[in-house]
Amino acid sequence: MELAALPTARDEEWRYADFSAVDALAPEAFSEWKDVTLAPGEVRRKCLVVGGDAPELHRIRLTVGEGARAELFVANIGAAYTRVEAEVRLARGAHFQFGGVTIGGGDATREFVTRTVHVEPEATSEQVVRAVHWNTATGNFLGRIDVARDAQKTDAAQDFKALLLERGASANAKPELEIFADDVKCAHGAAIGQMDEMARFYMAARGIPPEAARKLLVHAFIADAFVALDDEGERERLLEAALSALGDAA
Amino acid sequence: MLKIDNLHATVADKPILKGLSLTVNAGEVHAIMGPNGAGKSTLAYVLGGRPGYEVTEGSVTLAGQDLLALDPHERAAAGLFLGFQYPVEIPGVSTVQFLREALNAQRKARGEEPLSGGEFLKLAREKAALLKLDPEMLKRPVNLGFSGGEKKRAEMVQMGILDPSLAVLDETDSGLDIDALRIVGEGINAIMRRPDKGVLLITHYQRLLDYVKPDVVHVLAKGRIVKSGGPELALELEKQGYEAVAA
Repeated sequence: MELAALPTARDEEWRYADFSAVDALAPEAFSEWKDVTLAPGEVRRKCLVVGGDAPELHRIRLTVGEGARAELFVANIGAAYTRVEAEVRLARGAHFQFGGVTIGGGDATREFVTRTVHVEPEATSEQVVRAVHWNTATGNFLGRIDVARDAQKTDAAQDFKALLLERGASANAKPELEIFADDVKCAHGAAIGQMDEMARFYMAARGIPPEAARKLLVHAFIADAFVALDDEGERERLLEAALSALGDAA
Repeated sequence: MLKIDNLHATVADKPILKGLSLTVNAGEVHAIMGPNGAGKSTLAYVLGGRPGYEVTEGSVTLAGQDLLALDPHERAAAGLFLGFQYPVEIPGVSTVQFLREALNAQRKARGEEPLSGGEFLKLAREKAALLKLDPEMLKRPVNLGFSGGEKKRAEMVQMGILDPSLAVLDETDSGLDIDALRIVGEGINAIMRRPDKGVLLITHYQRLLDYVKPDVVHVLAKGRIVKSGGPELALELEKQGYEAVAA
């Protein structure tokens, strides 16, 4: 296997990465792509819980055939640097749905990097990412959308929101749109905020202890990322995994 | 039941309450009236334990328990209900989920068994009917998209479900039309007019007191109770204004 060139902080797609952690990854990790091809009309969904005590890199390459639908939902909950990359190529009328949550404290960086290429007309894509962090942790979403010259009627949307529980935590959003067609819709939004203190007091005034109130509010906040996941069992599994990471939050 | 003695409190280092004392006995409804800026809402928030509202002197006991030593959620479990002037919207959390969590947290703190989903829904529907609130609204996120009147009725539904021993209601009458005012007033009577419960009704106007007859009316001005009397005091205030009566 030929080894890929190692990334550096000068690479746009790695600009918010934690290189002390990236350097700890085995060089082979950078060449390992999970390739998945969806036949025309096929529908496929993958739900992942990623992250652990050592740095992780997950790279997924999706080729989505005409009218096919690819869905990827990820809870990124580890204690160490964890990066999930998805490179997606969409044929005519195909759809890519991504829902991701980064959640955690400590000093780790957790990030999603998506590159969605609308190769042919009428394809649609949506990425919804929520980040919840405390201590000095960081959550990133780098989302690139390429719309090819003849990919008319493309409809692409990106939505990122971060909730920082403590001063010192941070979040970065980097939407990047490269559009070469003229009849397209590409929407993106990003917001970074803090816990609503009045909501917390209101809940306390009704008898809900602070930890339970925080869990309810975080649950409501991250749920958006998995709204499009049409499988209640899987949705609960990802939400529970994400909320379990909240256990040690300040 | 509620005993407030020489209460001093500051907000952002500014003294707002300056030696407020009053006692609400079980079975009584007390109204607190007063001009803007007198400290009415501050009193409600201090009793509820809102962060940033600092007690610098004095004491507050609820059924003999030191209220000020408790965290806000512990005060609720001890029997205090704070009705908000501006009920808070909480996107993404359904009213049913919120209230069931609240009730069962209070029950747990008191060493009682939690209510099951079925038991809770039955209770919630019963209290919603009492306040003539469409029970479908309880499925919506907390207070989200509710009109001003619906928010206040929803507050009273919450009070009915949580069944407190003392309710402090901060301008529950504001934003209500005449019909809603009557429904809310009757709701307060149905839920709280009991020999073992007390109510502290904070209001600008006499009109809610037409429905909820107070036993005692206090005038709050410049952070202190400057006058107390029977229900006739509210009428007198309405006629002559705060300045004349409180002077």
